[in-house]
Amino acid sequence: MAFEIVGKRAVRKDAAAKVTGRAKYADDFFERDMLVGKVLRSPYAHAIVKSIDTGKAKALPGVEAVITHEDLPKLKYATAGHPWSLDPGHRDVADRYILTDKARYVGDGVAAVVAVDALTAEKALKLIEVEYEVLPFVLDPEKAMLPGAPVIHEERPDNILGATSEEIGNIEEDFKKADYIFEGVYETSIVQHCHLEIQSAYAYVDADGRIVIVSSTQIPHIARRIVGQALGVPWGQIRVIKPYIGGGFGNKQDVVVEPLAAAMSLAVNGRPVRFALTREECFVDTRTRHAMKLYLKTAVTKEGKLLSLHMKPICNNGAYASHGHTVALSAGGKFRLLYDFNSMKYEPKTVYTNLPSAGAMRAYGCPQIFYALESHIEDIAREMKIDPIEFRKQNLISVGKKDPHSDIVVRTFGLRECIEKGKQLIKWDEKLEKYKEQKGIKRRGLGMACFSYASGTYPHGFEIAGARVVMNQDGSVQLQVGATEIGQGSDTVLSQIAAEVLGLPYDMVHVVSQQDTDITPFDLGAYASRQTFVSGAAVKKAAEEAKRKVLEIAAWKTGLSIEEMDIKSARIVERKSGSEICTLEDIAMESYYDRLNAAPIEGNASANVRTNAMAYGVTFAEVEVDMETGRIEIIEIYNVHDSGVIINPLLAEGQVHGGVSMGLGYALSEQLLFDTNTGRPLNNNFLDYKLQTIMDTPDVGYAFVQIPDPEGSVGQKSLGENTTISTAPAVRNAVLNATGIAFNKIPMTPQTVFEKLKQNGLL
Amino acid sequence: MDNYEKISMVVNGKNYSLEVDIRESLLEVLRNRLHFTGVKQGCSVGECGACTVLVEGLPVNSCIYLAVWANGKRITTIEGISKAGELSRVQQAFVDEGAVQCGFCTPGLVLTATALTQTGRKYTDEEIKREISGHLCRCTGYNKIFNAVKRVLNE
Ligand code: FES
Ligand code: FES
Repeated sequence: MAFEIVGKRAVRKDAAAKVTGRAKYADDFFERDMLVGKVLRSPYAHAIVKSIDTGKAKALPGVEAVITHEDLPKLKYATAGHPWSLDPGHRDVADRYILTDKARYVGDGVAAVVAVDALTAEKALKLIEVEYEVLPFVLDPEKAMLPGAPVIHEERPDNILGATSEEIGNIEEDFKKADYIFEGVYETSIVQHCHLEIQSAYAYVDADGRIVIVSSTQIPHIARRIVGQALGVPWGQIRVIKPYIGGGFGNKQDVVVEPLAAAMSLAVNGRPVRFALTREECFVDTRTRHAMKLYLKTAVTKEGKLLSLHMKPICNNGAYASHGHTVALSAGGKFRLLYDFNSMKYEPKTVYTNLPSAGAMRAYGCPQIFYALESHIEDIAREMKIDPIEFRKQNLISVGKKDPHSDIVVRTFGLRECIEKGKQLIKWDEKLEKYKEQKGIKRRGLGMACFSYASGTYPHGFEIAGARVVMNQDGSVQLQVGATEIGQGSDTVLSQIAAEVLGLPYDMVHVVSQQDTDITPFDLGAYASRQTFVSGAAVKKAAEEAKRKVLEIAAWKTGLSIEEMDIKSARIVERKSGSEICTLEDIAMESYYDRLNAAPIEGNASANVRTNAMAYGVTFAEVEVDMETGRIEIIEIYNVHDSGVIINPLLAEGQVHGGVSMGLGYALSEQLLFDTNTGRPLNNNFLDYKLQTIMDTPDVGYAFVQIPDPEGSVGQKSLGENTTISTAPAVRNAVLNATGIAFNKIPMTPQTVFEKLKQNGLL
Repeated sequence: MDNYEKISMVVNGKNYSLEVDIRESLLEVLRNRLHFTGVKQGCSVGECGACTVLVEGLPVNSCIYLAVWANGKRITTIEGISKAGELSRVQQAFVDEGAVQCGFCTPGLVLTATALTQTGRKYTDEEIKREISGHLCRCTGYNKIFNAVKRVLNE
């Protein structure tokens, strides 16, 4: 298919708004009479709130309300940004109140103050007197499963939030047939999204008595439902507005601040209340990425054929369910379509502990799983003295492979080409030869790692998207989408799809970036790298409907049939000759003002996307390890992606840069730490939590292998999250190549590298 | 009222005289009182650079700069960068190079880059990186931001 606008380096729709400071984020709106809300947080990791005395706080001048769990409906709700399920068996775990009567981690909210300003609110927090009964706590999920461990939620006396077992084929038989069996244990740490815009919402009751919430959310329609459930208010009574968002990465695919913001407003008779977290609060009271400990056991033949894999991840979920076990389950469905194992057994356990709650974070369980899997595969290849790339290549799946659990079929598979491309880019063979037998203080090494990922959540999840195209008198259109722009560029890419289908110049598509649940077509939001694939299908459908209506008017005017005409560069043309019939503006004007037939042109579509497309990719990394300091430097790094048709290379490159940078933080520096004696966070700020800066981030190389996927509306597959999956294992494998030491835990900070080198007698 | 002090400052070429709480940061006054909401708040403690404004032409984290210190000073926020509906060279470079994603770090980076262009100096790649290393960006991996800044400094 030849495209006019799809595939072009179109400049972001919102770029000008953002470089001029005109783009308004949730915190940038001011209402008259606006109050400020703050939360009192538990200093204990586990404690029953025996009583709360709010008298002194309430008496402080400037304090408008103080609320505790006693003032709020006794309704347990779930916060995960998933579509509601009509089947009660498929719902998220409802395990929390807006304010708690039992603290389950340091930072759990026990009371809230609404005051005239932040200083007064903070003063009032100090005047609230809480009597706690302090309980023993547990931070380690394996300890939390032992008999006699502190029980975090009464409903789950074993602290196990989810434990599942899925088997394909028969692993027991394959392990019997194996020539070799390999085992490995790999660990990842708790990290955080660190979007620059912190969660913030403000709420008020409008003139019609409805609750309006303006929030920094990836999921406005879902947020509306969850606020309704948390407050026991009919969902139609709630309106959620999502302005520009300063990054989310999954953390805003969760309802964190909205129910309390609404409750705060209701406590002061509907006056507007802003509830914005501080950075320190954001680290503990939003979501994190699950730390996992993964036990892998693999059966291999002597020829190097992977027979069977048994993977058992233990996932540290923290105090409340949030996305809970779904993260592990979903990741399980994604890695199965990479290597052609005869049989596999996947047995994840997700466990409550007294830590901040883990939830969705870019690539949803896959960074952990692929760190383990791709480290393990590397280890096996080395043990068997097979070239690690050849070993992978001889075990890859091929087109037509079907997952027996999800029924997803791989229709396009460009990973082999990706690997070849990556090898060339990094000059694999040449450098590998050069770096043999290094003895110096600085040692270089090469590593690589592959991944597979889905496009959206189907069939595990339900995928519905909405779009509306409204044509103006001049032939330009407004595009309204339910999918949320959070920085990833969906508004731009969806505008390109609309322009392509409608035969419009890109500039004639005006995208409405703000979502408002009263107005915006129903869509689930930004997650699972679903927008381009799933919401793209809805946009295509809506644009096609508008196009058909345009051509119907043209047909009526000219006597030609719809099939004989097309729209090109905002002109109606005859398909065969290419000659212009009239301008699109002529048709649009008739649609508005023709006395007999006027009916302004709109396309409205909801797409229930019951398909998926597996995307693939690989990272190649070259590192230099300083054997004296333990510092790892990235010399070169390349990501090569099979994401189908790349709709906008400029934006796609940006996704790769950002994803790899985040992956490098995951591999080398990021880790949220807690005091094991108290459960208190130790580094919940940007000074002590080591995010990558420009000084740490290398040039990130990239390439795309573009094979149009028949299920993508323009041949596309997912990309956004994919970019961060294979970085950490590639770096780990490169360090292994450089030093001979396998790091089976990330991050590989200079301290841990130094210690391990010393342990191994290399220092 | 002993917590309050009267200050005058010039913001984006316009004079403002107002009473501020002596505990208030310049960030708070610019955002909450004068509604220059292009000044972004990512941490409030000088760690992220999102709140950068120019004070007498120099980049400053406005969250850790007291409003009273701005008395008599010339402040530039992102709202003062584009003139007559035209983007500045720095802004245009950020747009063209794809240096913007969520945009939350963007105003601060544009201001620091603008200050660099005004020194009239040449910068090596390492120096450019060092100059903008006080800005955190979680979206872009900095590659395109670097390209944009380098392009403007070399133009
Ligand atoms: S808000 Fe000022 S440095 Fe982060
Ligand atoms: S563009 Fe999002 S933080 Fe920089």
